[in-house]
Amino acid sequence: MSEIMFWEAIRRAHDEEMSRDPMVICMGEDIGVAGGTYKATNGLFDKFGPERVIDTPISENGYTGLGIGASYLGVRPIIEIMSVNFAWLAMDQMFNTAAKVHYMSGGQLKAPVVIRSPGGTAHQLGAQHSARMEKVFMGIAGLRVVTPSNPRQAYGLLKSAIRCDDPVFINEHELMYNMKGEVDDKEFFMPLVGSEVARSGKDITLFGYNISVHWCLQAADILAKQHGIDAEVVDLYALSPLDREGIAASVSKTHRALIAEEAEPAVGVGSEIMAIINETCFYELDAPPVRVSAVNVPIPYNHTLEKAAIPTAQDVVKAVLKMFGK
Amino acid sequence: MDSEVKKRLLHEMLFARRFEERCYEAYVERKIGGFLHLYSGEEACAFGVLEAARVNHDYVMTSYRDHIHAIKCGVDPKVVMAELYAKVTGCCKGLGGSMHIFGAEHRFMGGYALVGGPFPLAAGIAKAIKMKGGDEISICFLGDAANNQGTFHESLNMAKVWDLPVLYVCENNLYGIGTRIDRSTAVVDQYKRVSGYNIPSEQVDGQDVEVVYAAAQKAIEHVRSGKGPYFLELMTYRYRGHSMSDSNAYRPKDEERMWSKRDPIIMLRDRLIDAGEMSLEDYKQMDGDILDKIEDEIIKFAEESPEPPLEMLEKYTLVENDPWVNGGSV
Ligand SMILES: Cc1ncc(C[n+]2csc(CCOP(=O)(O)OP(=O)(O)O)c2C)c(N)n1
Ligand SMILES: [Mg+2]
Repeated sequence: MSEIMFWEAIRRAHDEEMSRDPMVICMGEDIGVAGGTYKATNGLFDKFGPERVIDTPISENGYTGLGIGASYLGVRPIIEIMSVNFAWLAMDQMFNTAAKVHYMSGGQLKAPVVIRSPGGTAHQLGAQHSARMEKVFMGIAGLRVVTPSNPRQAYGLLKSAIRCDDPVFINEHELMYNMKGEVDDKEFFMPLVGSEVARSGKDITLFGYNISVHWCLQAADILAKQHGIDAEVVDLYALSPLDREGIAASVSKTHRALIAEEAEPAVGVGSEIMAIINETCFYELDAPPVRVSAVNVPIPYNHTLEKAAIPTAQDVVKAVLKMFGK
Repeated sequence: MDSEVKKRLLHEMLFARRFEERCYEAYVERKIGGFLHLYSGEEACAFGVLEAARVNHDYVMTSYRDHIHAIKCGVDPKVVMAELYAKVTGCCKGLGGSMHIFGAEHRFMGGYALVGGPFPLAAGIAKAIKMKGGDEISICFLGDAANNQGTFHESLNMAKVWDLPVLYVCENNLYGIGTRIDRSTAVVDQYKRVSGYNIPSEQVDGQDVEVVYAAAQKAIEHVRSGKGPYFLELMTYRYRGHSMSDSNAYRPKDEERMWSKRDPIIMLRDRLIDAGEMSLEDYKQMDGDILDKIEDEIIKFAEESPEPPLEMLEKYTLVENDPWVNGGSV
């Protein structure tokens, strides 16, 4: 075990896979000579050279399409899009091609690309740099979507995503690259499906993913220490497909559910989980599920307003207490 | 260009430099947040072009490196600074920030954070101008690396096929963040890329405000006379990192030194001094007055202004009280 940072975990997965398989390449803006905006590809340019660590022009839809085309012939591109806000520009190729080509070719072609991109609100980056887009990606058939909440998952999910024959979108977070965590020194792989119980409890399930797992864990601590409520935290690192069985199993145990999400509520992770609960374990519920989401606005620049737009661990605590009539 | 105009431009450019450098300090003091992209070194581009344009009449837009274009268009520097301070007195009430300065009453149509986003928007403004029959033009400033977006090619094509009154100004500072132009772009001279669209174009020294002004006059005359779009490439250099989180580590030091010898402000100043139009003392006085104004008026205003109230969080998400939301019934 070593304690490493989130970006180091991503870097390590790149390094190992590129060393193993000469067809694995990475590409993106400023990832090569500059080492990547978040250092996730630091040093790889020197090690693997410009043919395999590619500084792209600012042409998101273009280089994403190029990566998809290369993947038809067995290249395994890991595409970094500097921010999900810029991934909007690549959605044509991601959705119209990567997500559909295997299907519409009747299984003849595959598009084994990995697209990594950080989303989320950071610090005052303003309306055009604060998108949370996981809900958009997870709504598209033919695309796998995962979202790590710690360095271990960042490593294990990327390792599997590179080897998986489906296109995989990895939703990272701008604020999490310097987060530290334990990662096994021995090579390992994480499934691209399922969920993890990050904290076991019996009174309520708090569903989180990516950054909101941390709000849920913090909230669970406060609820246990100050309010005698024993919350379970389920980490939904796979957003598409979502872990229906895992969701149902936890709710059937605790009989209550809350979903914490950083995005606006509409057509979101929370609404999807509520639907799954409805479909799988409605009669297990002791109370209607609730969601804690962002306010439905573009993100303001002003710091105070920005904070007011995005949920916190405190908001999770408040929502749980309300649910328990406290 | 007569000497009074030159002196005024010197004043405006020096003001712009001091304004940006003061933003740098305010960022270090954490008064300004988010991403901050400074224009220091590139002043002759905006001032040369917009001096030749009719500000408050022509429409202007640019990228996230937008403070100075807004100011030259007539947006009060006080409200620009207040915006950077995220105050309710800011030009966007603290909702926009550095990358999103807007001044619609001065026809400054905004700063945009997505590289390449403004190309088609500027063509759209030109389309509207044409429909309305006015003699305004649309001016779009963007960087060199933005030309690798599809929107560049798509917009040039539409602008020409419909002969829209739009002037594209490429501020070629040789880098897109840390990637040098020749590593990302097959044709380094950007004006050449436009010839495939049958749009006239020119490349000139973007450090000499008089050269920029003359080239812009020609370009604007072409666009305003109804002959369709024009592309002007200005060779320039940014002094600061791409944004505040960038240290310029990737740039050769001798390249930086070479460009610092071609400072647009110093070149104009020395020209005025050599012509006997002003003395070094005059210049120092001018600089001191500018620094005082920035501190005593602009920073003071930004510091003392209140933050936007919490109620503003949702206010501009959609247009308020639009009767058509209810099908027009009252
Ligand atoms: C669509 C999109 N992709 C990537 C970015 C990140 N980014 C911001 S500025 C920039 C470089 C732009 O360079 P250039 O167009 O030359 O303008 P300059 O900053 O040099 O003025 C990049 C890659 C972005 N903001 N938007
Ligand atoms: Mg540039």
